[in-house]
Amino acid sequence: MEPAEIAEKIKEQFPDEFLEVREFRGQAAVTVKKGRLVDICRYLHDEPSLFFDFLVDLCGVDYLGKKENRFVVLYNLYSVRHRHRILVKAEVPEASPSIDTVVPIWAGANWHERECFDLFGITFNGHPDLRRILLPEGWEGHPLRKDYPVKGPGPDQEWKGFTEVLARAQRYKEFEWDE
Amino acid sequence: MGLITSPASLTLVEADDGTKIMNPNIVITSFDKIINWARVSSLWPMTFGLACCAIEMMAVYASHNDLDRMGIIPRGSPRQSDFMFVAGTVTKKMSEVVRRVYDQMPEPRYVISVGSCANSGGIFNSYSTVQGCDTFLPIDVYIPGCPPRPEAFIDGIIKLQEKMRAEHFHWSRWR
Amino acid sequence: MDNLFEEQEKSFETKQLTISLGPQHPATHGVLRLDLLLDGETVVKCTPYVGYLHRGVEKLGETKTYFAALPLSDRLDYISSMNNNVGYVNAVEKLFGIEAPERAKFIRTMVAEMGRLSSHIIWLGTHVLDIGATTPFLLAMASREKILDLFEILCGARLTVSYPRVGGVRNDVTQEFLDRLYEYVLEFPARMDDYETLVTENRIWKDRTVDIGIISAEEAVNWGLTGGTLRGSGVDYDVRRYAPYDAYDKVEFDVPVGVKGDCYDRYLVRIGEMRQANRIIKQCIEKLPAGPILADAPKFTLPPKDLILKDMEHLIHQFILITKGPTVPEGEVYVGTEVPKGELGFYFVSDGTGKPYRMRVRAPSFVHASVMPRLCEGGLIADVIANIGTIDIVLGECDR
Repeated sequence: MEPAEIAEKIKEQFPDEFLEVREFRGQAAVTVKKGRLVDICRYLHDEPSLFFDFLVDLCGVDYLGKKENRFVVLYNLYSVRHRHRILVKAEVPEASPSIDTVVPIWAGANWHERECFDLFGITFNGHPDLRRILLPEGWEGHPLRKDYPVKGPGPDQEWKGFTEVLARAQRYKEFEWDE
Repeated sequence: MGLITSPASLTLVEADDGTKIMNPNIVITSFDKIINWARVSSLWPMTFGLACCAIEMMAVYASHNDLDRMGIIPRGSPRQSDFMFVAGTVTKKMSEVVRRVYDQMPEPRYVISVGSCANSGGIFNSYSTVQGCDTFLPIDVYIPGCPPRPEAFIDGIIKLQEKMRAEHFHWSRWR
Repeated sequence: MDNLFEEQEKSFETKQLTISLGPQHPATHGVLRLDLLLDGETVVKCTPYVGYLHRGVEKLGETKTYFAALPLSDRLDYISSMNNNVGYVNAVEKLFGIEAPERAKFIRTMVAEMGRLSSHIIWLGTHVLDIGATTPFLLAMASREKILDLFEILCGARLTVSYPRVGGVRNDVTQEFLDRLYEYVLEFPARMDDYETLVTENRIWKDRTVDIGIISAEEAVNWGLTGGTLRGSGVDYDVRRYAPYDAYDKVEFDVPVGVKGDCYDRYLVRIGEMRQANRIIKQCIEKLPAGPILADAPKFTLPPKDLILKDMEHLIHQFILITKGPTVPEGEVYVGTEVPKGELGFYFVSDGTGKPYRMRVRAPSFVHASVMPRLCEGGLIADVIANIGTIDIVLGECDR
């Protein structure tokens, strides 16, 4: 099915949730409200003519200062049976950065959602095991947010685990062999 | 020191670096030299790969470059190893593990830092990467490259061997 | 007597044991860590920990121009950097709206398949080594060294190649390269037969892999598996076939598919893929068309190096492209390519400047590592190692 037709189907089924559709280079991205996202995903997964059984990717995008709602969570869906693709985007405001989980629909969403939580600070309601995944526990901040500096927040706000390693290295220096 | 066969007479034969050889069965040398010779000839590295450089490390262990001929056999446990390759990007999350593996190694121990990332952070000048593993580890040899070629690895090991040969009494300390 | 045994069993208390496998472990293919809760030898619970190699590639990609971020993609899956480069440039080309010339497409297909061969050779060697056979590893590494030599002739680098460019490739292939590659391709089937003689029907190998880590087709799709791991379960999904990029629609190849979805089927699928990759390389050499190697799109491609050194205008042009980056239309694209591990996708959000606003890497290893608990729980601890080998993960790509 063509991307525009899929977008039309979503619009028909969920007229209140549908915000906009944008096509670029033959791919359609549908923006929806986050409220009934799980229902939309369930529909996309179960409807036989769509049958999006494969969640290719789930990631966040930070539109700091560019959009009214700061975050967008992107669901990249593909149907292995019908060989068609759609990008579904749900807007998430900065004030309450949370959205419902889609793990019950696609098991593969588990780690993607954890990563999104880790790097953007978006919480996923109902997620079975929402912890940091790439960064260590105790890390402060969410690096892929646009206001997070690339080189980290600086030596004063270093992650505690690393400062401990540095301190230990300093302490053990006296046991090192010196010529 | 060198093992050379001398004439069967009892006259002392002097080898190139001051070692005296009396006949084929008796070698007179200094303790340092004979121990260092033994250490240098069977260096056991810790099997520890972090990132891209670990793949080149595998290549240098394997058939084409074959480090076995230098007496180098990778060990799975830090307790049995003489030196460690820090082969790849060290992240802050990983730094604790690297340091712990190093702490478990017995003296005398050496560290070779492999590749741009371990030397200086390389192209990953970011929030989660340690900018050079010498911030928390004493490094003996730096091998440049991204990743270094197997020849560079071998060169680094030869450099380490040179360093070890020149050492004095660096084999008996209890800690 | 029965009574006695019962008595003994009652007095014999067992306790569940947690062990941590990795991040420093020779069989975890890098820095993966698994916390295993064991009841005897059975794995009750398996919790993978990743992120020990998280270098912030996605964040760094946002700070570099589209040209300068290419070397970052090398270091994602460092075993097959050529394939990552090809995936990256394909995504950027789609965003720019340009297309590489025919010759460049064939060259890219050819080198990508060489990357696939070298990656699968490492996979075969290490997977078999983990399970207990050393000989195939040494044989495989010797064979891989030849591919790396060919890469070196092509672009000077062995591992992190950065050879493809946005709009084409960096330099043309030489006749010497093609001759030596053809020679390699012709002798490769015999090498494959060697490996297969050692492994495929080996009883120990079959004992260790048949019926281990079974995952059904529906479940595999639901978990988001791709590549050989998915095809081992019998799902015929290959990006090269169903969304062809480069010259994959102009060469003939089969997609090997498994039946049961166990470790052995995944092994057979990848072995089949190696033979197909060899077939594709051979066709690419034979069909390689003449023509330019860089697209004629001066706004998006760097001018040739020899002109930059001679000509002021080209120098200025290159300077602007390198420092400011190209002017890119606003929009977003997702392009998936088939790398040896699975589907590697790049998702770009462009805001009209020369740098990506958001660069997202959809890493197959990340998804494959997440399926570890599903594969391992209920099995034996020895099978954990077989499972790590069979899903073929590279932690550089998993953690980015």
